[in-house]
Amino acid sequence: MRNPFRGTRLAALAAVAALLLAACAKNAPQDTLDPAGPVARQIDGLFKPVFWIAAGVFFLVEGLLVFALLRFRHRKGRDGVPEQTHGNTRLEIAWTLAPALLLAGIAIPTVGAIFDLAQRPADAVQVTITAKQWWWAVEYPDLGVITANEIHIPVGKRVDFTLKSDNVIHSFWVPRLAGKQDVVPGHVNHLVMEAETPGEYRGQCVEFCGASHANMRLRLFADTPGDFDRWVNEQKADAAVPAEGSLAARGMAIFNDPNLCIRCHAVGGGPGSQVVAPSLTHFASRTTFAGSIFENDEANLRRWLADPPAVKPGSLMPDYGLSHEQIDALVAYLESLK
Amino acid sequence: MTTEALPVPRRRFLRRPIAPTGVWSWITTVDHKRIGLLYGFTAFAFFIIGGLEALAIRTQLARPENALLTGDAYNQAFTMHGITMIFLVVMPLSAAFFNYLLPLQIGARDVAFPRLNALSYWLFLFGGIYLYSSFFLGGAPDGGWFGYEPLGRQLAGHGMDYYATGLIILGLASTISAINLLVTILNMRAPGMTLMRMPVFTWMALVVQFLLVFALPVITVALFQVFFDRTFNTNFYNIANGGDPLLWQHLFWLFGHPEVYILVLPAMGIVSEVLPVFARKPLFGYPVVVFSGIAIGFMGWGVWAHHMFAAGLGPVANSAFALSTMFIAVPTGVKIFNWIATLWKGAIRFTTPLLFAVGFVGLFIIGGLSGVTHAIVPADTQQTDTYYIVAHFHYVLFAGAIFGLFSGIYYWWPKFTGKLLNERLGKTHFWLMFTGANLTFGPMHILGLQGMPRRIYTYARGLGFDFWNLVATIGAFTIALSILVFIVNVMRTRRRGEASGQDPWDARTLEWTTPNPTPEYNFAEIPQVHALDEFWHRKYVEDEHGKVVPVPAGGSNGHDDPAAGHGAGHGGHGIHMPSPSYYPVMTAVGPPLIFWGFLYSPLLIVLGAFILLSGVYGWAVEPASE
Repeated sequence: MRNPFRGTRLAALAAVAALLLAACAKNAPQDTLDPAGPVARQIDGLFKPVFWIAAGVFFLVEGLLVFALLRFRHRKGRDGVPEQTHGNTRLEIAWTLAPALLLAGIAIPTVGAIFDLAQRPADAVQVTITAKQWWWAVEYPDLGVITANEIHIPVGKRVDFTLKSDNVIHSFWVPRLAGKQDVVPGHVNHLVMEAETPGEYRGQCVEFCGASHANMRLRLFADTPGDFDRWVNEQKADAAVPAEGSLAARGMAIFNDPNLCIRCHAVGGGPGSQVVAPSLTHFASRTTFAGSIFENDEANLRRWLADPPAVKPGSLMPDYGLSHEQIDALVAYLESLK
Repeated sequence: MTTEALPVPRRRFLRRPIAPTGVWSWITTVDHKRIGLLYGFTAFAFFIIGGLEALAIRTQLARPENALLTGDAYNQAFTMHGITMIFLVVMPLSAAFFNYLLPLQIGARDVAFPRLNALSYWLFLFGGIYLYSSFFLGGAPDGGWFGYEPLGRQLAGHGMDYYATGLIILGLASTISAINLLVTILNMRAPGMTLMRMPVFTWMALVVQFLLVFALPVITVALFQVFFDRTFNTNFYNIANGGDPLLWQHLFWLFGHPEVYILVLPAMGIVSEVLPVFARKPLFGYPVVVFSGIAIGFMGWGVWAHHMFAAGLGPVANSAFALSTMFIAVPTGVKIFNWIATLWKGAIRFTTPLLFAVGFVGLFIIGGLSGVTHAIVPADTQQTDTYYIVAHFHYVLFAGAIFGLFSGIYYWWPKFTGKLLNERLGKTHFWLMFTGANLTFGPMHILGLQGMPRRIYTYARGLGFDFWNLVATIGAFTIALSILVFIVNVMRTRRRGEASGQDPWDARTLEWTTPNPTPEYNFAEIPQVHALDEFWHRKYVEDEHGKVVPVPAGGSNGHDDPAAGHGAGHGGHGIHMPSPSYYPVMTAVGPPLIFWGFLYSPLLIVLGAFILLSGVYGWAVEPASE
């Protein structure tokens, strides 16, 4: 084995190159390296130079290691004992100071950014998120909007999220717009973010919060100011009431059976109407449901209503043993709640 | 250690065990070497179990929306994988090396308190069995190894009870062992073995024991709070009654971060022994390597809140912990530079122990660098709780600690057994494990930066996670294959391994001055130590030109003759060793029974307490040796 490390190191180089390529992949909607707003961009602007410094240190130190291994390997016929050097004070000082100075250089912008990102602009749009097991209750205290799992914000404006939990710790994260912020019961935390371009942004809970931690996702829609205002008005409107005698009307009756949906879900409730379960006032205006794990379509709704805990472990919503007819009616009603 | 026989008291309820071989001789042993081997064997068994849990995790995550494991099973698997690898594998595997080697490295015949040493092992084993019994008694812990509150309080079943109480038992084992080894290192060094002549492994062990003694009480308090909350309905973490979940986080990480150094410093010590031997040069900058280890030990107490950068501690605390976290990288970097300088101008022999040691250095650099990126708090708010963190700490603890420990296993195997592990299989093991580790944990950096959270049992399609998860799974099975090669190597070596002789590697430290495997009494005569790398200086001298040459046959370098002094004269007869005892194992049965009692039946508490007190009483009146 003459150069035992050559092959692997080439592979390592290839792996690093692959990492850089993958970092540019366009099919990753939660990619932290693809910021879409000023907050995430500021973080990215801090991470990227540190990444390249680290890459430089990596190649330098690994290079020294590999060089030492290859250059100073034992060769047949040279059986003498190498010189027994014990150390070198200058070298020790040098390689203590060099990383310390490098780190001090990184520390300065880091501390600056920490304080910068803790600022809460006074004119921000206010959104209150209450993390539940396992969904997000969303309220706009100044706009009177109540919804769940899907957040709409206007582009180009700072949004100040007030984050609360009345159960366990969660963590709120929309990677392309900002870093994450834990949601801690007994504490009120804040997170500021802003989107530059309209579109859909993905996020999910990132603090382990029990059985369905993996099923606690969210979508954030950045709207143009006009679209945002339209959405607010739609959400503030009263819930649709189905025409009498329709399938949806039968669904509404089932919904309002005191032993069924209405026990936990509100349609048309005000603040405080989604303590246990998401408010469904404008359910059909949402693209997803159940902690944002299902696309909001008929097939998924049927699957969900048939046995919720089977598709979302630990779900508080029990299997009520609904008949096909009941499910048909409920789906019709829910889909009418535009 | 020789002890004057005390007068034998009359009241004894167990006869002194005397069999020199057989099962009972192992159960009652107080020989630090046998206890070290027991630690090693048990930890390796748990390594297989924890590895199977890892394979279950990786198989589940091989593709999106996989349904192999239920969410509940997955949560138990990742929780037990973490607990197992930390508390039942890396810590006891390090303890195996401490137990076997520390007395030998400092020229002692045993540890300071041989029976306490046995108690530590049995508490560890029974603690591990206790934790794993949960799988058969309703479900294992499922709240993560970090057991965040108030989730831990909320989780149904007994899983998190096992978590709290099991870790209390294991903490007891580690605390007792730490005190024992502290006393051993500080008080039982051979004449001439000053602190600054101690091998670096012994030094790092000393730092680790201090960390254990101070860190374990912190977690023990927190675990008792959880135990009381769950068992007696106290309110430590009851939010409704003013409990604060961040208290748990502070306590947990105030233990948890020093714990990281508890896990990795032993491996650093091993690497600091192995590199000089195979480069045939002394460790470069010995005092600097020692002091940087001590510095890490101190600084490790001031960085805990970097685990909480997303918890909302505020910019001042976050800045302070960012700075401390950055600067703990300095002593770590210093060690790496000194290791490279040790190799520089050496005559490097590519044996399996060297490959693993170099693998440690090469891969630990990656873990260290990603660690620095966590100190950039704003960037960490993107990284924390994602696979980027999983990548980071597996580079530190798998590619770091486990590689270092395997280096030690290959290096000291002759010391333990008198036989050399097969080099060809050893190198196959190394290259498979090196490839597997990078395939598994390398892609996790990418997954984390692409936004994949930790601790999720399933992930959606279309998030760009599919490919690298599959690669990581393939890597995990590659690691498993490498471990199979290691097991084959051990089996093969057992049957027809090459005898090692006394000094197969041309080593430098005192443990190699005794025959392999080590005789029960370690040293026929307690050695006189004159220098750092004592054994090397007995073998080599400088000639008149300042060139290092072997001590000529029949010559003397003024020190003890290395060939003499291991029982050649009297075969170890007449050396008084501590006698075996039933009481440590008996005492260790008590705590798990008591904690089972709290979960199932007060009768078990009574029984456990009776056994515990009987063991302690029998112990107290038993002479240490006779």
